[in-house]
Amino acid sequence: MAQIRIQNVRKEFGAFTAVRSSSFTIEDGEFFMLLGPSGCGKTTTLRMMAGLELPTSGEIFIDGEEVGMKPASKRDIAFVFQMFALYPHMNVRKNISYPLVSQGMKREEVKTRVHEVARILKIENILDRPVGGLSGGDRQRVALGRAIVRRPKAFFMDEPLGALDAEFREHMAEELRALHDRMGATTVYVTHDQLEAMQMGDKIVVMNHGVVEQFGKPQQIYDWPATKFVAQFIGSPPMNFLEFEGMIGIGGTSIDLGEAKIEVPGLREGRAGKLTLGVRPEHVRFVNDSAYRGRVSAVEYLGTTQIVTLRSSYGDLKARVPSDQVVREDELVGLQFDPRTLSVFDAETGKVLRSDANDGVLGHG
Amino acid sequence: MSSYSVTEPSRRQKWFAGILVVLYALITILPLVWIIATSFKTPSDAIAYPPKTFFTPTVEGYVNVFTTRTRLTEEQLQAVGEPQTWYDRLVRKDGLVISGPSRFAERFTNSVIIGFGSTVLCIVLGTAAAYAFSRFKVPLKDDLMFFILSTRMMPPIAVAIPIFLMFRSLGLSDTHAGMILLYTAVNLSLSVWLLKGFIDEIPIEYEEAALIDGYTRFQAFYKVVLPQAATGIASTAIFCLIFAWNEYAFAVLLTSGNAQTAPPFIPTIIGVSGQDWPAVAAGATLFLVPVMVFTILLRKHLLRGITFGAVRK
Repeated sequence: MAQIRIQNVRKEFGAFTAVRSSSFTIEDGEFFMLLGPSGCGKTTTLRMMAGLELPTSGEIFIDGEEVGMKPASKRDIAFVFQMFALYPHMNVRKNISYPLVSQGMKREEVKTRVHEVARILKIENILDRPVGGLSGGDRQRVALGRAIVRRPKAFFMDEPLGALDAEFREHMAEELRALHDRMGATTVYVTHDQLEAMQMGDKIVVMNHGVVEQFGKPQQIYDWPATKFVAQFIGSPPMNFLEFEGMIGIGGTSIDLGEAKIEVPGLREGRAGKLTLGVRPEHVRFVNDSAYRGRVSAVEYLGTTQIVTLRSSYGDLKARVPSDQVVREDELVGLQFDPRTLSVFDAETGKVLRSDANDGVLGHG
Repeated sequence: MSSYSVTEPSRRQKWFAGILVVLYALITILPLVWIIATSFKTPSDAIAYPPKTFFTPTVEGYVNVFTTRTRLTEEQLQAVGEPQTWYDRLVRKDGLVISGPSRFAERFTNSVIIGFGSTVLCIVLGTAAAYAFSRFKVPLKDDLMFFILSTRMMPPIAVAIPIFLMFRSLGLSDTHAGMILLYTAVNLSLSVWLLKGFIDEIPIEYEEAALIDGYTRFQAFYKVVLPQAATGIASTAIFCLIFAWNEYAFAVLLTSGNAQTAPPFIPTIIGVSGQDWPAVAAGATLFLVPVMVFTILLRKHLLRGITFGAVRK
């Protein structure tokens, strides 16, 4: 088991920079999510940790040891691929024992270890089957088996649930999380699915264009996004943005949207110019006496809640309100935002302005 | 009323397709059947008009292809005495005695050595090159691949004279090594291209998994990639062997005494006593056997090789 530390790691493929100067630390035993849209550099980062790519510059520490230039076979880690990469010419038992055989382990011990793993994963009954005919879930289990049988320092998983059916993913996600809790091994997990990341991760790193946007616990990232990108990428529907021009000073507690004065958490840095107010859909409330108003343009029913799309003078926004609330299309409603939950971004750089609420939790790794 | 299906052909369509296949099979198999039948005929049956479909089979052709025979006078025949073996008796009917073995067995062995030798070399070099092109960043990769392909673009025989001169000055004329090298050079482009296609299809994750599982790159190649590429290697081997086995023009030009293969030798059988078609047919029939056996053994792979890339899994 190990702590993993990434320091100023950079990766270039010819003229293209896949990862620019990433740094973060994964604590021992953590279930750590690398989250981002495709092409953001999350898989490249993982592959560098695993030794499948060599970093152009920077350092990678596993268990205190610098491994950046070491081959994968010398790092004592396990990797679960999206397409599982089970050796197709071997049966389940051989697949699981393969990493042990390479270490020259005695046959008896290999046998015991394989059986132990098969018991944990409940795949004892398929040990002698060829991997070709297995269902997606069983393949996934065999791939996990091959990873855990070595008792490596860390597990690296590259979208391991990506190849599964939607209904089975849910189940497998739970199984994976339970397995992690039981073994307590450091796990780094790459995904583009923000729900999966929030559901399973102890900590999340959000990446975009090869840059670490934010680093922290799921709820911190959801509540206090560090950048507009994170605010949009996490949450469904994403955070609403109201674009305005104005000025706000250190210690400011409100902003002006035309006539309306909106209270925000006390700001610790000031800015003048193009700004963005960020508000999550569930923090928008309909009240009669608000000066800030919007016109309902669409209503989507989602069971317990409904998503109401509104047009307002500083931008469209979506509100998540209880289903029993009566909302009619084309109706003009007053909007109130929960003042404790708002974020103000610098529209030019996309970075959030530090405030009393988010100052402690903004992490860039 | 039968149910309507978009993909399942109707009964009439199936019959039509079946008849077409049978017709095609007849057209391709008939010459083979004729050659094999001729090899069991007597010389006079072989040139009978109208052609004989039914005849008394004899292995005279096979005896003739493996032997040289001399015509003797009555006195000489008596001096030689009674024929000792069944093949002696067979030629004695025509007043001949076997004077020694022909060079057919030797030529046939040459064909085997050169054909299989160049195939093995093609596969070893081709697999290594294809793996490198498929997996590594090779500078000017596309240009190199095109260059390899371009060596195949003109008919090989167009460079026959330069090769003839080159072989003469290198001392490769009429040697097994020379012919193996030549056929390897001609086939290598096909082998690299085909194998690269097959190796490209093997997901790189298998190797990466092996690398992480603690194997070196060579072990990963040997234990994971090679078994996966077996099908591709088999079908490529068939293509290479068929070419090297059937090649005629270079063999005529570059070999004579020592390393001559069967294709240029078989026509020379026509000769000694009239046109011995059964012997030629026997030679051709025997010549067919190795490639046929090899192809039948690997036929599953061959089919995959031909339809390769047509269907995505």
